[in-house]
Amino acid sequence: MNSISIKEKLSSSIYHIVTFVLAIVMIYPLLWMIMSSFKDSSEIFQATHSLFSGTFSLDNYKVGWQGFAGYGFSIFFKNSFIIAGISTIGAVLSSAVVAYGFARCDFKFKSFWFGCMLLAMMLPFQVIMIPQYILFNKMGWVGSYLPIIVPQFFGQGFFIFLNVQFIKGIPRDLDEAANMDGCSIYMIFLKIIVPLIKPALVTSAIFSFMWRWDDFLSPLIYLSDPETYPVSYALKMFADPTAGSDWGAMFAMATLSLVPIFLIFLTMQKYLVEGIASTGIKG
Amino acid sequence: MENLAKLPKQKKTLRQKLNKEKIAGYIFIAPFIIGFLGFIIVPMLMSFVFSFTRYNILDTPQFIGLENYITMFTGDEVFWKTFKVTLYYVFFSVPLRLIMALFIAMLLVRKSKLSGFYRAVYYLPSIIGSSVAVAILWKRMYASDGVINSLLGLIGIQSDIPWLGREETAIWTLIILAVWQFGSSMLIFLSGLKQIPKTLYESATMDGANKIQQFLQITLPMLTPTIFFNLINQIISGFMAFTQSYIITQGRPRNSTLFYTVYMYQNSFTYSKLGYGCALAWFMVLFVGLITLILFKTQNKWVYYEAER
Repeated sequence: MNSISIKEKLSSSIYHIVTFVLAIVMIYPLLWMIMSSFKDSSEIFQATHSLFSGTFSLDNYKVGWQGFAGYGFSIFFKNSFIIAGISTIGAVLSSAVVAYGFARCDFKFKSFWFGCMLLAMMLPFQVIMIPQYILFNKMGWVGSYLPIIVPQFFGQGFFIFLNVQFIKGIPRDLDEAANMDGCSIYMIFLKIIVPLIKPALVTSAIFSFMWRWDDFLSPLIYLSDPETYPVSYALKMFADPTAGSDWGAMFAMATLSLVPIFLIFLTMQKYLVEGIASTGIKG
Repeated sequence: MENLAKLPKQKKTLRQKLNKEKIAGYIFIAPFIIGFLGFIIVPMLMSFVFSFTRYNILDTPQFIGLENYITMFTGDEVFWKTFKVTLYYVFFSVPLRLIMALFIAMLLVRKSKLSGFYRAVYYLPSIIGSSVAVAILWKRMYASDGVINSLLGLIGIQSDIPWLGREETAIWTLIILAVWQFGSSMLIFLSGLKQIPKTLYESATMDGANKIQQFLQITLPMLTPTIFFNLINQIISGFMAFTQSYIITQGRPRNSTLFYTVYMYQNSFTYSKLGYGCALAWFMVLFVGLITLILFKTQNKWVYYEAER
């Protein structure tokens, strides 16, 4: 008996050592960036690898927050919140509506449209970026947020799919009972389905916000005035002239740009994990 | 539906008509149909037409027949270079990422007090990995005075290799960045692993199968649908990688890290050759579509679906 429990303990310790060390290796780059953002700029390249140093200063944040070309990071953060916020509202609401149609209504060519939806879900943005640019240019939308935000209001494949799965899990008895009481299909959606699919709505909202927040390609294509830049694009512009000179400020702003994502990750991890596991789609 | 059918026949009011599933269904999915046609199908068709023109967004497009495609295949060395670079990147990053994801998922399937912590730490990079912040971090890490060389010095290897400056190492910094983001695949594997019935392993143990045999004959076959799904997703997103190449290396040195999408971007927006950009985009659509199709065709050779038995 004794030898077995020793063996078990040993295997458990080895397991934890391996898993823990690998975990540290995984997040070392992030820790390094965060810790470096509090170091003095000159210190970042002395004993480069070290996470801790004698100093802890917020100077990098003060310098970085000034931004560039007269535009501070407060503007860029505000822009990011506007873009990601409105896009998320649009994507979540429209996707839920579309999902209800697919999950509960019977209509002609439904499977054809569902196939189109799956196709749209698989089709990466990079493939349609040039065609869309030509279209939005003709419409005079280039330079504004419209090309980034408006398409979000027409349902997003991944969120439609997620909601369809979720609605299908709700027993039809509820709909039928409401129907007996004289509820229209639209009222059933609003009064019965929407409150029940809250978890799917939250999951969609989280992913949508994170993706829009991180999005770099569409601001790169559509925006040209620094006053309209979101944080992702501003960081890139900030990095260009200061490369090699002020890495401390760079790291400080890079860290700040990840704070909303970190917060979502810490508070909403359950939804993220379930969203990925239940749809099998990357996040 | 049933309720409506039972109603006595009478002229239906507009309200009743709108309440019929056939109509209501279309009203619900209308946003999708409009968006799909307006923002995907119409632009795609437009770009197909533009791919046969010379077009710089300002002047009217000039029809030039197949010239863009001919230039692409016969006269543009950079096109072939970026195509090869992207293939190389996908060929290594996708399998490595999946292997890593499966390996860690197998570690984490074992329950312990730290399970939640481990899962969070391994998952985190895939959430932030495609951000500009991480791209900037990566650029700094692999600089000749960066943290990678500093860490090597710590274990006694003096190194001042400019990882991003050499053709043979630069692309690998991008591949490592891609592999680092294995978290979401890992979560998918993790839920796949949990669905494998324990009884399979129990009977295999009774038959005397060792751990490796169990892995090869139970775990792997049972996971093939998950692997298949992951594989297709990752290949598509691998071909579409942009930010990494655009920010970290800008395609340097000598275009050895110039991804296809970045080249597409440069042609369309930097050189204002939108017609050529459209041709490049269409080639990519067809190529990735073809690969996906081939994978789907091969799936009944190696993907195991339980329901079929």
